[in-house]
Amino acid sequence: MTSVKAGTTQKKSASLADEKQKAAEQRLITVYIMGKAYEVPAEATIMGAIEYAGHQIIRGAGCREGYCGACATLYRLPGDYKIRTGLACMTLVEEGMTLAQIPSVPAEKAIYDIEKLKPNVTAIQQMYPSVFRCVACNTCTRSCPQGLQVMDYVQAAKRGDIATVMDLSFDCVVCGLCMLRCPAEITQPLMAIMAKRLYGRYLRKDSPELAERVKAVEEGVYNAEYAELMSMKREDLSKRYYARDSE
Amino acid sequence: MYPDYMEESLRKVAQTRPKRLELARKPDPVYPPMNAEERQAVLEGFHPDYESSARRPVRVGPNKGETLTTEVSELLESHSWLRSEQVDLDKPDFETDLLIIGGGGAGCNAALVAMKEHGMHSIIATKLRMGDANSMMSQGGMQAAVSRTDSPTRHYLDAIGGGHFENKPELVRALTEDGPGVVKWLEDLGVCWDKEQDGSLKTMHGGGTSRKRMLSCRDYTGAMIMRTLMDEVRNHPDMIDIKEFMPAVELIMDDKGRCAGAILYSMDSEEFFVVKAKSTLIATGGYGRLHIRGFDTTNHYGSTGDGLVMAYRAGAKLMYMDSVQYHPTGVSFPEQIAGFLVTEAIRGAGGQPLNKEGELFVFPREPRDIEASAIIRECVQNGGGVPTPSGRVGVWLDSPLIDMLHGEGYTEKHFPAMYRQFIRYGIDIAKLPMLIYPSLHYQNGGIEINERCETDIPGLYVAGEATGGLHGRNRLMGNSVLDYNVFGRRAGRYAGEYAKTVKLGKLSLTHLDSYEKELANAGVKTDLVTPVLLPSYAPKDVKKRQLLRGNNVLPGASVLQNRLFDERPDA
Repeated sequence: MTSVKAGTTQKKSASLADEKQKAAEQRLITVYIMGKAYEVPAEATIMGAIEYAGHQIIRGAGCREGYCGACATLYRLPGDYKIRTGLACMTLVEEGMTLAQIPSVPAEKAIYDIEKLKPNVTAIQQMYPSVFRCVACNTCTRSCPQGLQVMDYVQAAKRGDIATVMDLSFDCVVCGLCMLRCPAEITQPLMAIMAKRLYGRYLRKDSPELAERVKAVEEGVYNAEYAELMSMKREDLSKRYYARDSE
Repeated sequence: MYPDYMEESLRKVAQTRPKRLELARKPDPVYPPMNAEERQAVLEGFHPDYESSARRPVRVGPNKGETLTTEVSELLESHSWLRSEQVDLDKPDFETDLLIIGGGGAGCNAALVAMKEHGMHSIIATKLRMGDANSMMSQGGMQAAVSRTDSPTRHYLDAIGGGHFENKPELVRALTEDGPGVVKWLEDLGVCWDKEQDGSLKTMHGGGTSRKRMLSCRDYTGAMIMRTLMDEVRNHPDMIDIKEFMPAVELIMDDKGRCAGAILYSMDSEEFFVVKAKSTLIATGGYGRLHIRGFDTTNHYGSTGDGLVMAYRAGAKLMYMDSVQYHPTGVSFPEQIAGFLVTEAIRGAGGQPLNKEGELFVFPREPRDIEASAIIRECVQNGGGVPTPSGRVGVWLDSPLIDMLHGEGYTEKHFPAMYRQFIRYGIDIAKLPMLIYPSLHYQNGGIEINERCETDIPGLYVAGEATGGLHGRNRLMGNSVLDYNVFGRRAGRYAGEYAKTVKLGKLSLTHLDSYEKELANAGVKTDLVTPVLLPSYAPKDVKKRQLLRGNNVLPGASVLQNRLFDERPDA
C-alpha cells in the first residue's frame, strides 16, 4: 500500500496522500506491532500498517509486491493459539492482530561448485544433509505464504528427484518462514535453490537453435546487416521499421 | 471482490468476450496498430512526460540548462551528505579491485565476470539485502533472438523503433547481439527457462515485438535469474565480498580525475566508510520510488536514483533524463496492491485492454509509452474508465481470454504470481478481468555509457537501469532483463580489465565542494540531501513530528530522517 494516488497531477506535496485525513473516512482497527498497540486503517496490509504507524522500515521491506521474501511476518489473532505466517506486503491486518516481522532467518548456505555436482541424491546428502531429518510433519507446507507443497519437495529431495523439487519450489520467494518453523531445522529454500540450479544446468532439454544462434553470432553472421542498419538515416530506418512483418 | 457498482461494466465485458475471442483467434491484429503520426499524437496529448510541469531545466552540473524530468532536476539540485573536509581519505576502511554499487542483476553479473575473466576481487555494496532490486521483480520475461524465425538484427530493429530511433545504435547492437549468449550463460548457471517439449525455448510476444522473443521462467523470471546469480556470487566468498545495508552515498575521485571508490553508509550504525577501488561500477537501478508526477510505482523499495546523483556530482553526463516509462498495466484495484505490476505477458498471451463498455480501444501490444498513453486518453478524454472506491480510475484487462485461447488452467499454471496477487482479494483472474492503469515503471534515461559501460570519468562504469542511451526514450518489455545481464557482464569484463593496470593517485572529495559552490552560484535553495536512500510512507503529521529533530537535515542528522518531500516554506 503506497500512499500516492495513481495518475494525479496535483502538486507533489499535496499528492502524497494525507493518510490521517483519509483515515477520517476510514475505519481504524487496533493491531500490536512488536507488542505495541497502534490504530491503523482496517483495510491496510501489514506493511502499510507499520508505515502508517510511522516506522521507517529498513529490514522487512523489499520489492513490496510478493517476489523477494524480505517481509516475512509471524502473527496471532485474538482468541486463537495458532501462530500464523504471511508476507507483510500481501497480508491484510485484522482487529487485534499481534505481529512481528522476521526479516532474516539464520541459515547457512552451502558453498559449492555447480560444475562438480551431479543432479542426484548425493548432491543433497553432501550439501544439505539436514533434509534427511524431515519427520514429515507438514509444518513447512502449512507455514508457506506462497501455498507451496514444501514438505512434498523435501520428500522429493530425499529421493533425489531433482525435477520435482524444481517444479514444486519454483515459486518460492525465500522468505524463510518454513525453515523458521521446521522442527527438524531443515533449510528448505536454500536446498531448493541448489536443486533448481542443478535442474537448469543438467536436466534441461537442450535447445538446438540456441546453440546454432550463439555460434552464428560468434562467427559474425550478422555483422553486415548490423553495419547496414547502424548506418541508415533515421527516416530510412523508420520506413524499414513500420514496413516490417510481424509473427 | 469487485464492488457492486462495477457489475454492469463487468457484464458488458463478458457480453463482448465471445466476439473478441473470435478476433483473437485470427492471425490479424485484434485492433489496428497505430502508425507513426497516430503514435506521435497520442504521446503528445496524453503521455505524462508531455504535461507542462513535467520537465524543467536543471541549473547545475554536466547537463546544466538541459530540460529534465522535474523530479530529477530537483534530485540533482541537492546537497551531499558529506563535506570533503570531514572525511579522512588517507586510511581507507576497505580496498578492492572492483567496487560494485548495487546488489541486483547487473552487479552480480559484473562480479562473476570480473572474477572469471580477470581474477579480480570485488566488493558488492548494496543498500538493502543482496537481490533487493527491480531485477528480482521482473515477471514476464527477457527478450533474446533465439528462435529460427528471428534474428538479432530484427531484435535491433524492434528495439530501436520502440525507442523512437533515438537509442544509441552501438548499445542496441551490444544488447541484441549478446542476447543469445546471455541465455546460454544463465542456463549454464542453472536458470530454468520455460521450454517446449523438444527443448526449444518457449517464446512469447511482448509490446513492440515483431517476432515471439520473450523467454520466461513462469512469471517469476526475474526471481529465478536473480536467485541463481546471487547463489553463484555467494559461492565465491573469497573473491566477492558482500556488504549489505551499506549503500554508497558519494563517489571518491583521485587527483587525476579518475573514479577511485566510494563512501559507504551503514544503514544500521549510521557510520560512513571509505572504500578505495581501482574501478567502480554503478549498478544502482532506477528511481520509481521518487513517485514522479505522483504516480504509483511498480518499483522496488530502494529505487531512489542514488547512482544518478552520485555520478552527476562527480561529473558524469546524463542522457534522456527527460523521459519516464509508465507501464501500461499497473493495478488500479484493489487499493492494497495499487500500482503493482501486471506483467505485459498477460497481453502477450491474449489479454485485451477494454473500456467500461467492454470495447477494445487500442492494439494490446503497442510499445509501452503508446499503450500507456492510449489508456490515459481512454480514461481522461473519452470517459471510458471505471472509477475505483478510493478515487483512482482504470480500464479492464480481460485476462479470462487467456484460458479460452490456451486451455483451462493455463493462467494459473503460467502466471502463478499474478493469480496469487489477485485471488487474495477474491478476484480469480482466469474468470474476471483486472482493473489497471499506467504505473511508474522505468527510468528510460540515465548515466551515458558506451558499449564498454564506460562513462566520461575514467574508472567509472555503469550498467543496467542506471544507464541512459540504450532504450532511447522508451524501453520495450523484456529488454531490461536482457540489459542488466548483457551490460552487467560487459561492465565486469571492461572494469575488470581496467583495474589490472590503473595506479590510483591521491584520493579526493573536492568535487563535492565544487558542486556545492555551483549550487550557490546558481541560486539554488534547497534542503534536500541526497541520495534519498529510502522513501518515507509515514503519514504527513508523523513526518512533521519527525522533522523536529534538531531542524537538521544536513550532515550530522540521521540519513533516514531526510525527507524528499519536506514541506517547510523556503526550506
